[in-house]
Order: sequence, then structure tokens, then C-alpha cells
Amino acid sequence: MGILSVQDVNKSFGGLKALSHVNLDVEEGTVHAIIGPNGAGKSTLLNCFVGRLEPDSGSVTFADRSLLGIRPYEINQIGIARVFQTPEIFADLTLIDNVMIPAFAKRDGDFKVNMWRSVANEKGVRGKAMAMLEDVGLDKKAEQIAGQLSRGDKRRLELAMCLVQEPKLLLLDEPTAGMARADTNNTIDLLKLISKRGITMVVIEHDMHVVFSLADRISVLAQGTVIVEDVPEKIKGNPKVQEAYLGGAHL
Amino acid sequence: MVETFKKYSDAILMLVFIAAVLAGPVILEPVGAGYPDLLQKFAIYGIFALGFNILLGLTGYLSFGHAAFLGVGSYTTVWAFKLLSMNPLPALVFSVLTAGLFSLLIGWISLRRTGIYFSILTLAFAQMCYNLAYSVLTPITNGETGLQLSQSDPRILDTAFGRDYGAVLPSSDLFGIEMTGYPGFYFCGVLLIICFYIALRIFRSPFGLMLQGVKSNQNRMNYTGLNTRPYALAAFVISGMYAGLAGGLLAVTDPLAGAERMQWTASGEVVLMTILGGAGTLLGPVIGAGVIKYAENIFSAFNEGTLLSAFSFLPETLQHIAVSVTGLFVGEGWHLTLGVLFMVIVIFLPGGLMEGVNRIINLFRRSTGGGGEGSAQAAPQPAE
Ligand SMILES: Nc1ncnc2c1ncn2[C@@H]1O[C@H](COP(=O)(O)OP(=O)(O)OP(=O)(O)O)[C@@H](O)[C@H]1O
Ligand SMILES: [Mg+2]
Repeated sequence: MGILSVQDVNKSFGGLKALSHVNLDVEEGTVHAIIGPNGAGKSTLLNCFVGRLEPDSGSVTFADRSLLGIRPYEINQIGIARVFQTPEIFADLTLIDNVMIPAFAKRDGDFKVNMWRSVANEKGVRGKAMAMLEDVGLDKKAEQIAGQLSRGDKRRLELAMCLVQEPKLLLLDEPTAGMARADTNNTIDLLKLISKRGITMVVIEHDMHVVFSLADRISVLAQGTVIVEDVPEKIKGNPKVQEAYLGGAHL
Repeated sequence: MVETFKKYSDAILMLVFIAAVLAGPVILEPVGAGYPDLLQKFAIYGIFALGFNILLGLTGYLSFGHAAFLGVGSYTTVWAFKLLSMNPLPALVFSVLTAGLFSLLIGWISLRRTGIYFSILTLAFAQMCYNLAYSVLTPITNGETGLQLSQSDPRILDTAFGRDYGAVLPSSDLFGIEMTGYPGFYFCGVLLIICFYIALRIFRSPFGLMLQGVKSNQNRMNYTGLNTRPYALAAFVISGMYAGLAGGLLAVTDPLAGAERMQWTASGEVVLMTILGGAGTLLGPVIGAGVIKYAENIFSAFNEGTLLSAFSFLPETLQHIAVSVTGLFVGEGWHLTLGVLFMVIVIFLPGGLMEGVNRIINLFRRSTGGGGEGSAQAAPQPAE
């Protein structure tokens, strides 16, 4: 069994069955991509991993620990970080503050009243945050207010905020949407580098170039069910997948 | 050069603040505010607003019930005077602690909600305290008359140390220094400086950064492994303790505690002070408190006689019209002036007076060609 294990998960919104009998097994240190048409239930599935949604039935475990019924901040403290489909950043703080907050969360835990220390003297945390901004190519903008960034830059910032925590599992919901080609390629390189460090990743992506450059395995989701799960080479030619994508225009 | 300035800017800010407070009587003399009673009010309400800003300015939670903690602070101080000693120090320690306990309880419940529901919960709690003070709690609060000192109070510490006030009603003194006049002001002033220093440390600390995170994006905080509730609660309790200290000081300078101190208008006033000065800035709330207390002092002092003489240059009918119109805004009606002032600020300077100051500084920098990378951080712009 892999580090992240999803068994028979179901989730309905009123009459809409967003997920039905979903199984997923992610091996430690691999990149697992989830693809599928719009509204397939990809984001819903990630929401079930981080405590944003509670599945109606089924189980989700990470390193043999159930992720159901515990709160988002506890899930993060276990070592799971998430990049959202619409970037969730601290829009009115500077980039460096944006990255320092998660770095403090990693160092100090979910709550600490350290009001006599000075952020300016936290050289270690600051250095780590700055290095992370450099990795995503935002170090020049460190003192800017995050809300003023372009959509692509916001994504890279959010990625930096997750990576600075050195998570064990990184969940990415369309990490390159809204990015220019060059930025997309930089992001792919960065994610490859991170994957080499042994961080497990689950990536939702519409951009097949990204998916095939990164993924070790791919699950195809359509109308709430996993229709195929296989290695990338086998996914490309799979007729079921072509059908789900209406003639395979995307492939 | 710019870097060194940045490094020491907080130290400079602190020194300027200390100098301004200590020289307050001289600085404010030209505007007619250089006398201890008013200065003392500036300092006390400055403390109240400083604390309130730690909640509103950093976490974004808008409480409409902080007057309850002000009132609790006053009652506690008067009780400490009655039971223990006329020395303000133990009284203030108890005020801060009791207000802290109250805010822990009220905050713990109110923080189950955010936004407008949080505000309404705090308002409801404060009104509850206000009503209880007038009814069931009369044995503690002495109802409408207010809690007062009396000659027969036990004052066990004073008695133990052989301090006897004789047949007169005692007044508060710090080891023999009477807490009235200039000593009274400097006592409050020193506490204001200490409170400002603590606020500065909080603003610059990792804890303060987390509070800003709470204001900015609670969702992100949660998915970043941070438990937002205790952060907001800590800020709430700290601001409650500041309010307790301010309430205690009000009773030190005038040993009487009444329930009207807990009324919602008093809660609203601290909101106005903070926003008027600039929520989220360090100096803003203190300036806002000063401006409002100064305006109150000026405008509420006007009466029909002064108005009539002010408009005596006009023909009689015009004079009477002018007097009856302006009369609405002064004396008892000075709150109307406050309302207008507040609207003007919120519409034209949403960042408060501090935004205005920053704009002027930036203008000056641009015209002298200085600034560049060292230019002051732009005040948050209002949404278009
Ligand atoms: N909170 C919610 N309440 C009601 N319906 C929801 C909710 N969240 C998602 N849905 C519905 O569930 C279905 C799956 O949505 P989901 O966001 O998981 O799709 P997705 O695969 O991420 O699509 P996309 O590629 O567009 O991001 C959609 O029909 C959506 O409208
Ligand atoms: Mg989605």
C-alpha cells in the first residue's frame, strides 16, 4: 500500500454524484497525475484529502493515518501541503512575509505566542524563505505586495509557500494554469527537482505537456469515477481516455 | 544609509514617541491642550486604542464590545482601592488581570463566528455587562450611583503599612505622589510609552505576522498548518487587557466607576479612534484617540453664549440662523461633528490620518527627488 491511499470514496452534492467509488494509491516518492474533463471531480477529490470536504463514505489514509475528521491545519502539520486551483495567498502582505508565515508554521507548530522575538532577527527563517522565492524566480519581487502579482506569479508564490514547509506530500491543483509557456517550463523543472528530493506529489493538470513530463502514474477521472489508472505511455493510446476527452482533442 | 535607517527606524520611532509624550505639555500648549487633565485623557484613551488596534488592525476582527473591558477595569481598580490600597499599582495589575479573564471568556465565545456575526456577539456581550451592572450586579457595581470610595473602606494594605487618610476621602497616590495634575499625567504617559513599546514588539514579531495572516486569508492560514482561533483569541485578550488598564487608569485619576463607561457608545468611540487614526498602523490609534478627545473637549465646551458672540459680526437674523445651525454641532451635539469628521476621513482617507501623513511624506520625497528604494511603504489603497 502506498503512502496515500484512497479507498472507495463517495461524495455527493445534493443529487450530484461528484465522486463515486474512487480508489487511488500513491507510492511514496512518485508523482501521480489526475486528469479528466472539467467537472470530473478532480478538485473535489483533493478537497477530501485536506479536510475541506468530508467524503460521504470511504477512507483516506496518509502513512497509515486516517485523514478524515481531522482539521485542515492538523493535516498540514502531518506534512501535506496544497496549492489551490485559485491561488490562496496573503494578498495584502509582501511576498517574503507570505513565504515566512508557512516557514514559521513548520518551525513553531500550529500556535505559538512568540511576541518578544523580532521577525527581522529570524535570519534562519528569512533565509529559507528568500531561497525559496529565488527557486521560483520571485526573489526580485520579495518586498512587493502579493496582491499585485500576475496570476502566474501568484501560483508560483503559492508553490513557494508550500515548498518552504518541505512537505511529505504536495497536492497541486493545476499548478501551471494561467502561466506563460516559459514559466510553465520553469515550473516543470522545479517540480522535477522537488520530486527528485523524494517529495510525493499529486498533480491535477489539464496541460498534457506538464502531465507527461512529470507523472509516474496517471489516473483518469470522468464523471466522478476513475476510468483508467496506468503509466503515462499506456494512457496515451487508451481508447477509454480518448472517449472521455471527446475524441481525444487534448491528447 | 537607507539600510541603516531601516535597521534603526523602530528605535527612532520609539525615541520620537517617548520624547513626544514627555514633552506633551509643551507641544500641545499652542493648541490649548497643554493641561494635565486633558493630556491624561489622551494618554488613557491612547492606551485603549493601541490595544484595540492589536485586534482590529492586525487580525481584522471588529469588536463592538470593548467598552465592557474598560468598565471592568474601572470597577476592579475602585474595588482594589477600597479593599487593598490607594496605590495605583496593585489596582492596575488586578484591572489588567480581570479584564484579561473577561476577554478570554467573551472572546472564546464570540470568536466562534467571524465578520459581522462576531461584531454583533461582542456588542451583545457588552450590552449584557452594561445591563447587569445596573441590575443584578448592583452589590458589586453600586448601580446607577456608581462605585465610590468611602472613608470606612478597609484598605487592608494601607492599614497594615500604617497609612491613614484621616477623616477625608482618600485619593490615589503612588508612594506619596498624588495621581492628579502633572504627576498623574506622567504616570499615565509612562504607561502609554510601555504599552506602545509592547505593541511595537507585537507588530514586529512572528506572532504579529501570524495575526496579519489571520486578517489577510484565514483559509490559507488553515491549509498552512496554523490554528487561527487561538491566534485571534490571543489578540482579543491582549486588547482586552489594554482596555482593562485604560479603564483602571480612568478610575485612578477619578476614583469613581459607573456603568455608562460600558455603554455601546464607548465601544463605538474606540472603533472611531482606531479607524480615524489608521487601523493597522502603530501611531494612528494614539493620534486618533488624541484628535477625538481634543475635538470632544473643544466642541462640547461651546454653548449658545460663545456662539452668539462668535457670530456677532452678522446682522441679527443671520446671527440667529448661524447660531442655531452651528449649535447642532457643538455642546451636547458634538457627536454630530465627530460623525461628519469620521465620514470625511473614511471617504477621502480610508487608511486614516496616518495615510494622509504618508501621502504628504511621499509627495515631499518625490518633489525632492529622494526616496527611491527607501520610500515609505505605500499605504494600502482602497479597492477601486
Ligand atoms: N461545494 C460544492 N457544492 C456543490 N457542488 C459542487 C461543489 N464543489 C464541486 N461541485 C460540483 O462537483 C462537480 C465536480 O467539481 P470539481 O470542482 O471537483 O471538478 P474538477 O474536476 O476539478 O473540474 P475543473 O477541471 O473544472 O477544475 C462539478 O459538477 C461541480 O459543480
Ligand atoms: Mg478543479
